[in-house]
Amino acid sequence: MALGSVFDIAGSAMTAQSVRLNTTASNLANAQTASSSIDDVYRGRHPVFGAMFKDATSFGLNKNDADSQAGVQVLGIVESDAPLQQRYEPHHPKADENGYVFYPNVNVVEEMTNMISASRSFQTNVEVMNSAKQMVQRVLTLGQ
Amino acid sequence: MGIGFDQALGIHDDALRFRSQRAAVLANNLANMDTPNFKARDMDFQAAMAKANESSQTIRMTATHSGHNQANGLLEGESGELYRVPNQPSIDGNTVEEHVEHAKHMENALQFQATFTFLNGKFKGLTSAIRGD
Repeated sequence: MALGSVFDIAGSAMTAQSVRLNTTASNLANAQTASSSIDDVYRGRHPVFGAMFKDATSFGLNKNDADSQAGVQVLGIVESDAPLQQRYEPHHPKADENGYVFYPNVNVVEEMTNMISASRSFQTNVEVMNSAKQMVQRVLTLGQ
Repeated sequence: MGIGFDQALGIHDDALRFRSQRAAVLANNLANMDTPNFKARDMDFQAAMAKANESSQTIRMTATHSGHNQANGLLEGESGELYRVPNQPSIDGNTVEEHVEHAKHMENALQFQATFTFLNGKFKGLTSAIRGD
């Protein structure tokens, strides 16, 4: 039944958006985590989304089939390769021998935008799920 | 002899199936709102209904046993899905426009309700014909 798959699709999107919200929370929490060496610095993390297909065989054969689409998935979480922030703070307890401290490459403004976008997308999918629920409930009253 | 369901219900059962499939397609668009390179899809009601009418007029297999059912695979599988043309193309190749999809989804939900009301009316008519009061 197609209406049943709406729940799976909206559910997969809600999972993906909550992963995105999780990485945003992690990035914001660690935005000021200083480190004394360039290798130990926290790097911004971002999820990569990809469209999901129900099974591997339906991908090539009937890509246009309504039933072969099955929502969204998180393909992986990548670390940002943006340049790290190097600050001269000789009194910082984690300063290296030259007096430098390394800060993560997290852009707080970008993360806030991501957060708003993720929560809006989540909200949209909750609405989709709600309307599918109403449709199914309506069908259950057929003939009454 | 007797009233077959496909005669009694007319186009409304196919329409209801189409509406629920379209709900899934639109939900998939909204789910992939943030997926790079995802192309939004939709289904054409008129094409689907034309296909439904066409298959009801073509030659049917002879039912020689009461358990034989006419196979009509319409709207399932080869449903004509189309790609949406975005009003404002985005830089990541995604063609989902949230407001458009949302509007279509609401429209589809209302049309589903309308179709459901018609279908329910058909069933009510059948019930009162059986009861005879």
